[in-house]
Amino acid sequence: MTRKQRRLTMIGAAGVTLALALGLVLWAMSDTIVFFRAPSQVASEGVEPGVRFRLGGLVEAGSVERHGDQVTTFAVGDGGGIVPVRYQGLLPDLFREGQGVVAEGRLDAEGLFVADTVLARHDENYMPREVADALKENGLWQHDGPAVRPAAARDLPSTTPTQ
Amino acid sequence: MLIEAGHFALALALGLSVVQFLVPLWGARTNDATLMSVGTPAALGVFGLVLFSFGVLSWAYATSDFSLANVVANSHSQKPFVYKLTGVWGNHEGSMLLWIVILALFGALVAIAKNAVPPKLRANTIAMQGLVTIAFLLFLLITSNPFERLSPAPFEGQDLNPFLQDPGLAIHPPLLYIGYVGFSITFAFAMAALIEGKIDAVWARAVRPWTLTAWGFLTLGIAMGSYWAYYELGWGGWWFWDPVENASLMPWLAGTALIHSTVVMERRDALKVWTILLAILTFSLSLLGTFLVRSGVLTSVHAFAVDPDRGLFILGILVFFIGGSLALFAWRASMLKQGGIFAPVSREGALVLNNLFLSTACATVFIGTLYPLALESLTGAKISVGAPFFNATFLPIVIPLLMLLPFGQVIAWKRGDMAGIASRLWVAGGLAILATVAVYAVTFGGPALAPLAVGLGVFLVLGAFNEVATRSFAGGITGAGALALAARRALGLPRSTWGTVLAHAGVGVTVIGIAATAWSVERIVSMNPGDVEPIAGYEARLEGVFPRTLHNYNEDVARFTLTRDGEVVSQLETMKRMYPARGMSTTEAGLETFGFSQVYISFGEVQPDGSLGVRLYYKPFVLLIWIGSVIMAAGAALSLTDRRFRVGAPVRAKGQEKGQERGQDKGHTKGQASGHAGGRRDEPRAAGGSAAAVPAE
Repeated sequence: MTRKQRRLTMIGAAGVTLALALGLVLWAMSDTIVFFRAPSQVASEGVEPGVRFRLGGLVEAGSVERHGDQVTTFAVGDGGGIVPVRYQGLLPDLFREGQGVVAEGRLDAEGLFVADTVLARHDENYMPREVADALKENGLWQHDGPAVRPAAARDLPSTTPTQ
Repeated sequence: MLIEAGHFALALALGLSVVQFLVPLWGARTNDATLMSVGTPAALGVFGLVLFSFGVLSWAYATSDFSLANVVANSHSQKPFVYKLTGVWGNHEGSMLLWIVILALFGALVAIAKNAVPPKLRANTIAMQGLVTIAFLLFLLITSNPFERLSPAPFEGQDLNPFLQDPGLAIHPPLLYIGYVGFSITFAFAMAALIEGKIDAVWARAVRPWTLTAWGFLTLGIAMGSYWAYYELGWGGWWFWDPVENASLMPWLAGTALIHSTVVMERRDALKVWTILLAILTFSLSLLGTFLVRSGVLTSVHAFAVDPDRGLFILGILVFFIGGSLALFAWRASMLKQGGIFAPVSREGALVLNNLFLSTACATVFIGTLYPLALESLTGAKISVGAPFFNATFLPIVIPLLMLLPFGQVIAWKRGDMAGIASRLWVAGGLAILATVAVYAVTFGGPALAPLAVGLGVFLVLGAFNEVATRSFAGGITGAGALALAARRALGLPRSTWGTVLAHAGVGVTVIGIAATAWSVERIVSMNPGDVEPIAGYEARLEGVFPRTLHNYNEDVARFTLTRDGEVVSQLETMKRMYPARGMSTTEAGLETFGFSQVYISFGEVQPDGSLGVRLYYKPFVLLIWIGSVIMAAGAALSLTDRRFRVGAPVRAKGQEKGQERGQDKGHTKGQASGHAGGRRDEPRAAGGSAAAVPAE
């Protein structure tokens, strides 16, 4: 092979690989991406049943009901709307009423959000950004940021029960 | 007082790292050996100071000094001692301090390393490492001072995030950081080469041990993080395509490409510009990872104590280093002499293909990770890109790469031939197909694609060892002494060859482990005490649930007895822990290991009827995923001990070194008339004495 042919082979291989990768990315983008929606957006814009999306907001106080067979129903709200959710499975440790939650699933014909995933968090101070933004928009935001900062830590002695 | 000394040491380190940056750089410009030599003590000094500072913070944690805001926010007097210590880096400030300690450690190591680095290159490299240290020390001192005092000091701390109170915290972040930050050295070397406008095989050889070190630790760090998430999150998953995970995977992919491209540079004096670019990109991706993890701009399940304001500072550092290095690259890269163009079917051609696939795979992960951020800032739409995206893009790129890997390993340098490759690989290929069929037959009716993946893994392992076999049995040796001769030859192979073999075999082992997850069994059930649930041939009997108080938590313990065919094989406990100081609870999965497989039990909440929600998993061969990673890292470690890296400075005795190489070559390629030994013999030994003594170009 001449030098020119070799170079063309290399460039050709690189071009084909990159084109394939780009094709895959674009195809996957159209197919697998899940949009995030807050309850207020679900209420105002409406979402077709069967469309997969992520629902994020606060678990409404008093809405959590445990039925048998690992089924839990609860409502997710953000001040601008409330969406009822049904989930079968074990809930993450930090799932609690009044706390932020992100659930992934689809709306059924009756407007019930059937979740197949409820996301867990490692940090009780950590609020998914999408949820935080949605809450800010609806004026429900009362988080002063992570309590690990010195400013918040100063209030500690009064708020932390000493054992 | 000690605390203030720790703080002061950081400030001193900042001053000294300015010296470490400016003086050697100036020395290299003016060819002043004295100025250049300032780099070594400066780098050692910076390391000593930040290490002292780290020691002071550790002391404050060990003694629960609640006059420190950082200790109050992340520690508790009742916390087990080991978690007091690991808590040092279980928070933003402390983990950034650890970052800097490792950064300075690498700077110091380069300064005292005995391997053959020309003085100018060393001086410029130390200077560049100094520049990175300056940026991060500024970041720490300005935005995240770990030594901030609190007055009045509270009596008790807020405790560490319970998820972090785990042995994983002792191991995972240090390993990961050594990997992440280790790539700063390759970056510094690349910058130094650009400043000097000279890059050659000597450069490649000087960089290789550092790349291997960083890569090995990053591999271990990622594997450890994955195992930690697997047992701590209670979902039984080991990789979630979460932004924080991707942030560590991207430098790993780029670093893997870098390891392979430096081989080409060392052997063939080619791919220079690309290697420099990769070195820049790898560290840039490490910085990007730090930014993503610390700023919380992306929603992640692994995000701890994030702070967007500080993220902005890291973004500034990111822009400065990536922008600056790429600008320098654009300006100077044209000065670097281009290497030759390779034949497509040759070892170097295969390595180019490897780089192409790895960087493309890295790019898809990059797009998937950052696209949501870009889309949101452009259109405001919030999206999440999850596992389906990565499965659809990353896997189709990586699977062909893995399939081609054993071929790449047997192709001769310069000019390979398909027939020769086929003749050397048909045994491994045949056995892999046999394995696929066997697995398919045994698991008939199960997942259809998984046996193929197992076959791929087997092919990778056999293909890796194939190199040892062909080189040991070369020349068709027969007779009584054949085995002994082959064994002698195998042991005589360079350690870097064995390192390659191990690393590639490790990939195969991991692939088998991943493939086997297709056969994992998951059951979610409600159980009352005394209930028995079957799980993959075992029976789990819930003995009861009882409360227990230990250290700084209360826990509910569910005790299970595992039986098989009526015989008790083990007792295991799974816990739900409540940490009163933070009002948080965590799940501790109960794990029982059988060979490479695990039974995994965790429990959720108590159901309305008083029963317990229980998750039971059977994970066949799951441990292979992490064992494979450990084997990969072991391969890197073995490569590091290779003679090439241990011997000599520029003054290396030419004749002796050359003679050894030749003698060794003869030792294991004797009588090998054709095939890849032929290709091997005529490869230009850039590794030989000539290249080191008389820098090419």
